[in-house]
Amino acid sequence: MQGFSMEEFDILKFTTVGSVDDGKSTLIGRLLYDSKGIFEDQLAAVAKTSNKKGFESDEGIDFALLTDGLAAEREQGITIDVAYRYFNTPKRKFIIADTPGHEQYTRNMVTGASTAHLTIILIDARKGILDQSRRHALISTLLGIPNFVIAVNKMDLVDYSEEVFNNIVADFKELMSKLELGAANFSFVPISALKGDNVVNKGANTPWYNGPTILEILEGVDVQSSLTEKKFRMPVQYVIRTDNAETQDYRGFAGQISSGTVKVGDELISLPSGMKSKVKAITSYGGDQEQAIAKQSVSLVLEDEIDTSRGDMLSKLDEAAELVKEFDANICWMSEDKFEPRKKYLLKHTSNKIKAMGTDINYRLDINNYEKQDATELGLNDIANVKFKLLKPIAADSYQENRNTGGFILIDELTNNTVAAGMIS
Amino acid sequence: MSTVKEELKLNHLRQLEAESIHIMREVAAEFKNPVMLYSVGKDSSVMLHLARKAFHPAPLPFPLMHIDTGYKFPEMYEFRDQMVKDLGAKLLISRDEDAIANDMNPFKYGTDKCCALLKTGALLSGIEKHGFDAAFGGARREEEKSRAKERVYSIRDEFGQWDPKNQRPELWNLYNSEINEGESIRVFPLSNWTEVDIWEYIKYEDIPIVPIYYAQEREVVNRSGVIIPIDRSSPHTSPREGEETFMLKCRFRSLGCMPCTGAVPSEVTDIDGIIEEAKLARKSERENRVIDLGSDSSMEDKKKEGYF
Repeated sequence: MQGFSMEEFDILKFTTVGSVDDGKSTLIGRLLYDSKGIFEDQLAAVAKTSNKKGFESDEGIDFALLTDGLAAEREQGITIDVAYRYFNTPKRKFIIADTPGHEQYTRNMVTGASTAHLTIILIDARKGILDQSRRHALISTLLGIPNFVIAVNKMDLVDYSEEVFNNIVADFKELMSKLELGAANFSFVPISALKGDNVVNKGANTPWYNGPTILEILEGVDVQSSLTEKKFRMPVQYVIRTDNAETQDYRGFAGQISSGTVKVGDELISLPSGMKSKVKAITSYGGDQEQAIAKQSVSLVLEDEIDTSRGDMLSKLDEAAELVKEFDANICWMSEDKFEPRKKYLLKHTSNKIKAMGTDINYRLDINNYEKQDATELGLNDIANVKFKLLKPIAADSYQENRNTGGFILIDELTNNTVAAGMIS
Repeated sequence: MSTVKEELKLNHLRQLEAESIHIMREVAAEFKNPVMLYSVGKDSSVMLHLARKAFHPAPLPFPLMHIDTGYKFPEMYEFRDQMVKDLGAKLLISRDEDAIANDMNPFKYGTDKCCALLKTGALLSGIEKHGFDAAFGGARREEEKSRAKERVYSIRDEFGQWDPKNQRPELWNLYNSEINEGESIRVFPLSNWTEVDIWEYIKYEDIPIVPIYYAQEREVVNRSGVIIPIDRSSPHTSPREGEETFMLKCRFRSLGCMPCTGAVPSEVTDIDGIIEEAKLARKSERENRVIDLGSDSSMEDKKKEGYF
C-alpha cells in the first residue's frame, strides 16, 4: 500500500425511495446517463426496448429499464426488489440502492436503506406526499440515515411552479416535525428526472431555485462518519487458531471493528464474561499493525488466555458496552405472518444469535400522521415500538448511538425467514 | 502534513476489503461445510486473496472447488494448478463426465443447454456430493442486471434454484444463515466491487492473474462480431467449417469457456494499462460473453436454474 499512487475515493451509499411511479428508477437512470455511468451495450439494449414502447424522454430512453433487472419487473413495469448500481464521478464512488415503491415490497426497501448514508425521497409534484412517501420517510428516519434529499419530481408536469414546490416542502417539514427521532440534514430540490432538470445539470426551467443539483449534494455530503470517534466496539466473529513453527500457538480474535479505534497496549473487556486483557498485537496479512480503526476487519491477539468466542463484544475497559437483557426497540415488521407478543424468535445482533421474545407492544405508529396507537398484534409493514426480553444478556448500544451495535434482526425459527428489523431505543 | 482524521480514513478498496472479509468470516463461523468456488478468473483471484487475509495466519478453513467444463483455456488450467500448489490449498474439481463423454458442445446443443449441463449441472452435483451448505462465488452486482438484484446471502432450495421474487430481507451486515436440511446458500463477498475496483486491488496487492488478461498475438476467428480464440488441439476450439482465422493482438476482459469467450483487440501488457482500459471502457465487461447474448433475461434464467 505504501508508495502506491492511486486516486483514493470514499464511498457514498444512497438509496432512492418513494411511492410507485414517483420516478425512482428514472432518476437513477438519469444520474447514470448524465454522469456517463452507463455502458454502451447496456444502453443499446435498453434503447431497443424503449423504442418498442414508444418512450418519450428527450433521449427516447426509458431509464427505468436500466435498473429493473428481473424479467418480471420489466414485464410489469414495476420494481420488485432492490437493484444495486455503481458509478463514480471525479469526486467519489457511489453505490445506489434503487428500492421498490409498492407497499407489498417494503421489506426490500428496508433492505436497501439499512446501510445508506443518504436517502433521496421522491415526491410526485402533482400528487404531493402519499402514504408510501410517509412510510419511507418514517423508515428512513428510524434507520438513522443521516442525510435526506427530498426531490420533488415531475416539475415539468406542473409548469415548474415554485408554489407547488414550496407547498410540498412545507407539508414535508410539518410531517417530520411530528417525529421525536432524527437529526438528519434535509435538502429540498425541484427536479424533472425525465427531462434532467437539477439532477446532474441545472435546468433553465427553475430560475427561482438557487440550491444545488442532486449530484452536487451527493458529491458534497460528508461521509467521513463519526464512527472512528465513537467508543471502541468489536464483536468477536471468529477465533483464528493455528499452531505451527511459524505461528506458535496463534489465537486471534477476528472481527470487523464497529466503531472507534484500538491500538496495541489498550486494555479491553470482553462482554458478557467481563474478562479483561490487553491488546498484544493486531495481526494482518501484510504484517502486524500498531492501530486499527472502525470498519476494518482485523484480528486481535490478547496478552492473556481469556475465554472469549463468537458473539462476545470487545470494548475498552473505561467505556464498555452495556449488558442488556430487556430493552425497548423500534421494529419494522416484514412478514406476512403476524407478530405475536410472547412468541419466541431468534434475534441476531452483531455476531450473536439468541432466543428472544417481544413481551409487549408499547405502541404502533400510524403511517399517516406518525401518531402512536395501541396494538395487540403487528402485520406486514407495521412499524412499532416493542418491549423485548432475551434469554441471555447481550452487549449493545442504542441504535441512535451506534448503528452497528444497536441494530438487530428477528428470524422466525419455523420458516427461517427474516421477519423484522429492530433498532434498540 | 495530513491530519489524524485523514490518516484514519479507509479508502474505497480498504472498505470493500473489510466488508468482504467480514462476510467470509461470518460464513466460516456459521456454516458447517462451506466451499469456495474457484473459477480461476480475476474475481476468483481477488476472492481467494481476501480469504487468505481473512484467516491469516491460519490456512483456509474451507476447500476450493473448480467447476471444470473441459473448455477452459490451457493457461487457466496451468495457472490453477500452480496457484493451488503455491498456497497448499485443497482443490476439488467437479465435472459432468457423462456430458463431456457425450461430446456436449455449444455448437450442436446451444449455449443454454451446454451451460446447464457443464456448469450448472456440475456445480449442483459437486455441492450435493460433498454436502456443502454454503458456497462462495465471485459474482459482482455490477456485472449484469439480474446479479444487481441479488443478496449477499442467496438461498437455494433443494434443487439449487433461486427465487428472485422472494428473497429474504438483508439488513445492515446481519446475515441470516438459517436454512433447512437440503437447502444451501450462495454467498457473494464481492457483491459491491466494480471491475475497476478489482483491477486496482490486483495492482494494489500484487495478486497473480492468468496471463491471457494481457494482450498477446493469437489466432482468432470472427463469429457474428465476437472475436473467438482458436486452439487447434481440440475439435470445438478449432475453426468451424468455412471459417477464416487471422492473427490478432488481443486480450480478455473476463474469462469463461474458450468457445464462448470473446477477445478484445488490445496492446495492453501491464496492469496499469488494464486499469486504464477498464476506466475508459464504454462497454460492459460481459459484452463478449456469448452466453449472455441469448435474450434479455439469459443470466436470470440461468441463475434461477442454479447457475452462479
